[in-house]
Amino acid sequence: MSPKTLYDKIWDAHVVHEAEDGTCLLYIDRHLVHEVTSPQAFEGLRMTGRKVRAPEKTIAVPDHNVPTTPGRDKHIDNEESRIQVEALDKNAKDFGINYYPVSDIRQGIVHIVGPEQGWTLPGMTVVCGDSHTATHGAFGALAHGIGTSEVEHVLATQTLIQKKSKNMKVEITGSLRPGVTAKDITLSVIGETGTAGGTGYVIEYCGQAIRELSMEGRMTVCNMAIEGGARAGLIAPDEKTFAYVMGRPHAPKGAKWEAALAWWKTLYSDEGAHFDKVVTIRGEDIAPVVTWGTSPEDVLPITGVVPDPESFTGGKVEAARRSLDYMGLKPGQKLTDIKIDTVFIGSCTNGRIEDLRAAAAILKGKKIKDGMRAMVVPGSGLVRAQAEEEGLAQIFIDAGFEWRLAGCSMCLAMNPDQLSPGERCAATSNRNFEGRQGRGGRTHLLSPAMAAAAAVTGHLTDVREFMAETV
Amino acid sequence: MDKFTTLTGIAAPMPLVNIDTDMIIPKQFLKTIQRSGLGKNLFDEMRYTQDGAEIPDFVLNQPAYRKAEILVAGDNFGCGSSREHAPWALLDFGIRCVISTSFADIFFNNCFKNGILPIVLPQDQVAVLMEDAKKGANARITVDLEAQTVTSSDGQSFHFDVDPFRKHCLLNGLDDIGLTLEKAASIDAYEKTAATVRPWV
Ligand code: SF4
Repeated sequence: MSPKTLYDKIWDAHVVHEAEDGTCLLYIDRHLVHEVTSPQAFEGLRMTGRKVRAPEKTIAVPDHNVPTTPGRDKHIDNEESRIQVEALDKNAKDFGINYYPVSDIRQGIVHIVGPEQGWTLPGMTVVCGDSHTATHGAFGALAHGIGTSEVEHVLATQTLIQKKSKNMKVEITGSLRPGVTAKDITLSVIGETGTAGGTGYVIEYCGQAIRELSMEGRMTVCNMAIEGGARAGLIAPDEKTFAYVMGRPHAPKGAKWEAALAWWKTLYSDEGAHFDKVVTIRGEDIAPVVTWGTSPEDVLPITGVVPDPESFTGGKVEAARRSLDYMGLKPGQKLTDIKIDTVFIGSCTNGRIEDLRAAAAILKGKKIKDGMRAMVVPGSGLVRAQAEEEGLAQIFIDAGFEWRLAGCSMCLAMNPDQLSPGERCAATSNRNFEGRQGRGGRTHLLSPAMAAAAAVTGHLTDVREFMAETV
Repeated sequence: MDKFTTLTGIAAPMPLVNIDTDMIIPKQFLKTIQRSGLGKNLFDEMRYTQDGAEIPDFVLNQPAYRKAEILVAGDNFGCGSSREHAPWALLDFGIRCVISTSFADIFFNNCFKNGILPIVLPQDQVAVLMEDAKKGANARITVDLEAQTVTSSDGQSFHFDVDPFRKHCLLNGLDDIGLTLEKAASIDAYEKTAATVRPWV
């Protein structure tokens, strides 16, 4: 048998039907649903009299536009948001799918809830009407975002029409240096390959630095595979994966666990398997990074300066000019001189317990800069509860942060948490597009520790300076 | 879904690279529970000032391009989120075809589900069509899906590739779900086997 990649193995296990031209019908093990991209799909089912084929494999949770302030389980002010959340309530009930309403402590960002509840397991196919579905790839699950028509397709048939992507290997060798995190890895990879570098590929992340990451860190890495243009990101499951999954509410138990484990242990790329593209980055070379522009590929080490648009080529020259204009920055300006108005810690990229721990470690005993607006939005109600139990919430509150309820919040600013025109934000989320966090808002992407450091100093800051202080 | 066979129309030039889905349809318009009506907010933040006045410089506000049915765009069009509201907004405005050197994966998929044809051409050919589009309303570009050709207003013709299955669906306006449900027996059989091989799923 010829050697297979991890992607090949998962793919092969899910092919229902293959047409002559290679178009496949792929079986979907888990379908995650949220309020923004699903209403039209359920409406489509109603109009055609179709049912949800596998409601037990379908999980819904409102997250994108729910407010993150108290009282939201009673009333949502914004009428359109309320209508979407009510539509999801109704659709979940009418079609009999698993549901975590805002009143449930397990509610949170769909990509945090899935793994937390043990819905996401190695070797599965996982889809959701949201591009950051790639997150679940951290478990060695083939996970990707789909559009609303495909949401309807999966609801009705539990399958997707797919063509196989190409295989890309991204290897991070060696170990990370102190102060460097999973977020810096994933941003650095995009900085290297560009936002279209992964188009047409499924990426498998591997190498020592990836193996050394926790499951939380691996989720951060896979989460942003989509910003690199890839369909999905994957990491081969290992003992850390199995330990994370074991005992979760929807993880298998007893004999089923044993059977699952036996298969999961075969999920890795065979020696000599073919990759269409290979990118290798030395872990030691990765620095704490930030973005300076309006594309996630606009990444530089925090020690750098704002680049000159003329230093790029092709269409990027104009794009960089436009970015700097939008961001209100000048070529040559030191990144650490950029003043910040707002800090946002949260999102499916960095809203897990480990992220809150990393930020709290920087903030302990400190205050945020006068006039700074700072907000922590835990990724789920359970992350929030755990952070309260560990005393992290108090550290954030004492430092001057707002301590919110779970949701997407200012990651995409569909709820009331938004930037005003010109307001500059250090954000742990994943997109710095124009207007992403509010019209005219300016976003710098970075790790939770770097975000915390910026909250204290009032400008973009090299987190390693803070670490030097504490040792 | 409407059929797509041939299209002759005005093409609007958008030479910017990395036009993302937040630009195509900003998130404040994702709160609808319908598919229609998004066209007026297509490219909203590039097209209107904060008070809702039109920005005259923006291409689709220029008289020549108000009725554009084709976009010629820079690399990596449609990157960003999975929102199908992006193709819905394009379609509602009247755009049936987007031409670029490359597209983001999910956006590309979503187009086909809505009767929009995304066409990938090499840089030099996109450049020819971009120049053609800049000539305004008199320069009509013709797209023939059956023949897989794009023809500029002065008759330069380029061949493009398209997945045969997708082409078939577009030409006939076929609904994917209906096609897949014809394979229900295969899905049943798969589920039966999977229940024994991977009983924990
Ligand atoms: S946190 Fe942000 S990126 Fe993640 S699902 Fe929510 S909106 Fe999307």
